[in-house]
Order: sequence, then structure tokens, then C-alpha cells
Amino acid sequence: MSEWNIRETMKQLMTASGISGHEAGIADLIKEALAPFTTDVRTDRAGNLIAKVAGEGTPATRPSVLLAAHMDEIGLMVTKIEGGGFLRVTNVGGVDPRTQVAQEVLVHAADGDLLGIVGSKPPHLTSAEERGKAAPLEELFIDLALPDSVVREKVRVGDPVTIRRTPFELQFDRIAGKSLDNRASVASVFECLAELKKLRTEADVYAVFTTQEERGRVGAGPAAYGIQPDIAIAIDVTFGEMPGAPADASFPLGSGPAIFYGANCHRKISQGLTMTAERLNMAYEREIVMGDSGTDAWAMYVQRAGIPTGLVSIPVRYMHSSVETVCYRDIEQTGILLAHYISGIDHAYVEGLSCYLKD
Amino acid sequence: MLLKRLTEASGPSGHEDEIRQVIYEEVRDHVDRVYTDSLGNLYAEKDGKGTGPKVMLCAHMDECAVMISSVDANGLLQFRHVGGLDDRVLLAKPVLIGEKRIPGVIGSKPPHHQKGTERSKPVSLEQLRIDIGASTREEALQHVQPGDVAVFATTYEEFGANCAKSKSFDDRVGCAVLVEMAKLSFDMPVVLAFTVQEEIGLRGAGPAAYRVQPDIALVLEGTLASDTPGTVVHARATALGQGPALSLVDGSSIHNRKFREHMMKVAEENGIPYQMRNTTAGGNDAGRIHLTREGIISGVVSVPVRYIHAPAQIISLGDYENTVRLTEKFLRSVEQGGFQR
Repeated sequence: MSEWNIRETMKQLMTASGISGHEAGIADLIKEALAPFTTDVRTDRAGNLIAKVAGEGTPATRPSVLLAAHMDEIGLMVTKIEGGGFLRVTNVGGVDPRTQVAQEVLVHAADGDLLGIVGSKPPHLTSAEERGKAAPLEELFIDLALPDSVVREKVRVGDPVTIRRTPFELQFDRIAGKSLDNRASVASVFECLAELKKLRTEADVYAVFTTQEERGRVGAGPAAYGIQPDIAIAIDVTFGEMPGAPADASFPLGSGPAIFYGANCHRKISQGLTMTAERLNMAYEREIVMGDSGTDAWAMYVQRAGIPTGLVSIPVRYMHSSVETVCYRDIEQTGILLAHYISGIDHAYVEGLSCYLKD
Repeated sequence: MLLKRLTEASGPSGHEDEIRQVIYEEVRDHVDRVYTDSLGNLYAEKDGKGTGPKVMLCAHMDECAVMISSVDANGLLQFRHVGGLDDRVLLAKPVLIGEKRIPGVIGSKPPHHQKGTERSKPVSLEQLRIDIGASTREEALQHVQPGDVAVFATTYEEFGANCAKSKSFDDRVGCAVLVEMAKLSFDMPVVLAFTVQEEIGLRGAGPAAYRVQPDIALVLEGTLASDTPGTVVHARATALGQGPALSLVDGSSIHNRKFREHMMKVAEENGIPYQMRNTTAGGNDAGRIHLTREGIISGVVSVPVRYIHAPAQIISLGDYENTVRLTEKFLRSVEQGGFQR
């Protein structure tokens, strides 16, 4: 590929599905998309996809950096086949049942995907009292338009379900669709790898696409333990500014990467990323969280004897819905920021991360 | 594919321009004349041999949708319903706005920011906004104006056991039956009336019936199918796959019994399955037509539609085909003098 169309790659990844614990399909697609950057790609026992791009530093003192973007998404799972062939479901990750009503979904059955519609009662038959209530997930059902016997033949309890959504290009460089949490960050890792090709870099870079982040950051810990990098950086989405969002914890779309400050990250890494953004004259925001960032960074920081960790986030509106919205420029800028930060890392910088005392 | 073209076209009540043009292009080569009236109703006339009673077939072109009502300072669009929509089907849906089909999404608050019992309450229309990507009012106004209408961005697709999903089967499925009738020849005059504004109070059908002055009118509709979990069997309006539904009584009319019994006879003689519409809820253009001028004998045959008035609706293609057959056989029976007032 002479030119990487990462924007289009991201839209393809958004159309694919991979709920937590069921990432094999999305991992295959990411592996394909990694071809222009590296062929050194493997999968570990936790299901993480690990791609290595070797640096130029002398092997003995060559630093290593792990970039972690989780590839799983929230979704549903079949719990019961009701009479008539209608499916009941439970949630995998943080799903608001109200965003599931009247959606088109794909039931990922063993022999292939089945299209379904999440049922809704017509307004003609709905009482005023009913309209004042939002149905919990247990009351929702999926209609496959198939007879009971066929459904029982094709579908098993435990089959994953995702909303089917074609990505939409909105105005002003915005893209909307499902699973931008966290395919937006996956795309920013690609942007980073593309930018790194233009730069001299000492460090080995491990681009890791982690599993089960949405179910308690399951994959990131083992990945960081296994790779044992000198520095780990999680890339995830954060809250886009919108009505009802807290002003001190949400960011306007298009305002650039949000660099994390708080105990979940190594302060020198937060500062290093900030200085890099300043040097690049790049717009950025600071994201402030007291404790757990709610990302892979939380798991990675305390692996082995401690791994200095950073976190860069991309603002997304309507998080955990099927119309998550980003400004593509934020994704691109995040990739560029990471690449320039990484290219400045050498052995001495890594050593400095453990120095706290003053003489 | 007729159902695809008809259901994917935009046509909120009072804004039927796109669907009207699609239907015009479908019927113009098959009929003696096509014209519109001042309300926007579309008429396609087949003169036949000019003998026998004049029959009007009626289907409404309009659909439930939303209209942009104002633009916030932050570039988000406020909107209102056109026709009967339940707010609860709107969350996290993509829409297409205006003639240029500008894409937008109806956003939702992240679960992370929801408090307490928020999740057990629907998000009210007043809180919902459409996001087209604009950050300011000025940016939004470059693409959208208050008064623009938006439809759900749903595509037609066949799936399941001989079923299809799309938006607006109510009542594009009726429009499709009329288009199929346009392609046939009859001895008696047949007028196909594609009406406007059914969803906001049966506004187009009265003037249409007044103009056409038929001896008999048959309304083709998409109606409630509620054969889904949570509805007891005897309260089911209709069930998918059980054939065309014949109306007994609804919110707009008590349907002519002689007409209904004739339809049952036609169905039985031709081996066409049918079912009764077991609810009094809803209403349709027959409510206006049967009271037009000195009164017009009217009947209603409907294709059952699951999740009617929602973004993704389901029909059985078998029900659709049987409705086409029943409508033709009905017209043949009138042609042969089998149904007299």
C-alpha cells in the first residue's frame, strides 16, 4: 500500500463485531490491516493480538513501548429461546437497554450471522402508563422472522449479539457508528505506526490489541506481563462534550487528544506527552481522574514490578451506543502525538522514570 | 425491486415529494392518465371499457417521521414527531434529513453518566437531539433548516423465513399493491389513489374520494401485527404469515359487513388465506372515504406489519403476495358483477 487509508480501515473495523471474549474475528481483520506495517504478529493466550515493529536502537539498551488499544466491544448474549422463536438476551459490558429498542442486530450463530430486529410495541397498543417506562433488558426480545424450530436449530444460548450499524460520515469530519469505543483507538494506533515510518525511533514498539476491556480489562494485564515493556500507553475513548455531560470530564470533539493526569498514570509520561503536543503545536486537552481511569492503563501499571504507564484518549459522544460519534482529526492527531513521543524515547529517558529522589 | 424503492423513499406527512415521484415513475406507463391535486394526492386512472362500477383503490404515501423544529447554539437539532411515534424507539438511531439526505444521529447519554433510576425512564422528546456533526448553530444551518423533515436510515432487506425488513411498510406495502394493480387490465374503471397525510389525521383521503366519486373503495394498508412476546393470543391484532387481514372495526370506522363477507368469499373461492384484524385500535383512510359525499361503500385489506411506526418493520412476503392476489381477485369479482351495492 502506497498510502494508508486508515479512515476506511476504521469504518470496516466498526462494521465487524467482537464482543468481549469473542474477539477472534475482529483480531483477524486487524491482523490483515497490520500487513503494511509489520508481519511480526502473534496472539497470546489471553487472545491479545500483538504486533511488533522493531526500533533502531542497539539491542542491549533498546527501549520498548507497548501501545494498548482494546479491540472488544460491548454487546448482548442470547440467554433463552422463547416460544415462537424470539430470543432473550443479557448484556456483555455496559449496555443501556433503552438504546437497544427497535435496533437491527446480528446474532452471531455457529453457522453464520442472522439478522434480527429488537421488538417494540406499536404506539397504537401502548398505554400512557407504559410509555412512561423504559423496559429493562429482560423484557426486550429479538425477532429473527424465523419459525421456532428453525431458530432452535440455528441459535444456541451463549451466541453473541451486536447491533448492525453501517458507519455514517457526518458533516465536519465526524464519523458515527457502533464500537468507536474502541475501534477509534485501534485506528489511532495505525495512524501512529504510519507516522513512525517517517521518524527515527530507537524503541521497539508493540502494538497490542487487547481483549475483554469492557468486562474488567482482562487482556491488558497478561499482555503487559508477557511483553514486559519499559513503557505502556493505553489508548481509549473518553467522553465527548454533549448536553448533560460533566464539564470537567468531557471534551469537545475536535479538541485533540486528551492526555491523562492522575495516579493511574506515570506523571513523567503525562508530562512527556504534553511537552510533545506543545512542541508539535498540537491542540490537546488534559483529562483528570483521581483513581481508576477505567481503561487498560489501570491493569498495566501494576504488572510485574510496575510498568510506567500513560493514557491518551479520544473524545467520543454517545459512548456505549450504536451512534458513537468522533471527529476523525482527533484520531489522527492522537496517532501523531504518540509517534513523536515514542520517537523521543531512549534508554536514559526510561531510567529517569524510576528516579524520584533529589540529592 | 418495488418494495425496496417504495420503502426507502422519503415521505413524511405533508412532505411526500420523493415517494410521489417514485410511484409516478412506476405507474405512468401502465395507466391512462396520472395527475395530482392541490393537496398532493396522486391519482392513476385506468378507464377499462368504461362499463361496470368505478372502483377506487387507496393507499397512503406518507410515513411517520420527525421534523427539525429548531437548532441549538451548540449545533444540535431539536425535533418533533410527524405522526404517531413512541419516543422510546428513537434513541441511538441514524436518520436522513431533508432532500439532500444529510445523515444525522439521535444521540444518547453514556451509561457512565447516568444517575440512579434514570435508566428506567424513557428519554423524552424534549431531551433528544439530532447530531449532524456541527459544533455551532451557524455550522448546522449550512446543511439543515428548521422545517426540514428526517426519516429513519433503514434499508429494505429480505431475511428470515420469506420476510423483509424496512422502514415505512405502513403504508408503502399498500402502495406496492396498487402499483401491481396498475399493471393489470380491467373492464371497469379503476382509480388508484395514493393519498397524503394519513398519519396526521387521514387528511388526504376525503378530498380524494370526493374527486374520484367511486362506487366502491378498497383501502390497502399496513397494519399492526402483535404476535410477539408479551401479547396474549386473543389480543393479537394480526399475526405475521397468516394472510391479508380484513378489518372489522377500528378507531375510524365500522367496516361494511356485506363488503367484508364478499372479501371472505373471494378469498375462500380462490384458496387465499386471510385473517381478521382483532383490534379496534388504529384507523385508516376508510374512515374518511366512507363518509364522503353521500357515503361510499368501503373496505380495508391490510398486510400485517410487526413493529409498525418503528425504524425497522417486518412483513411476510407471503402476506404481501396474498394481498396482491386477493386485491386482484376482488377486482375480478366486481368486474364480473359479483359485488353490487
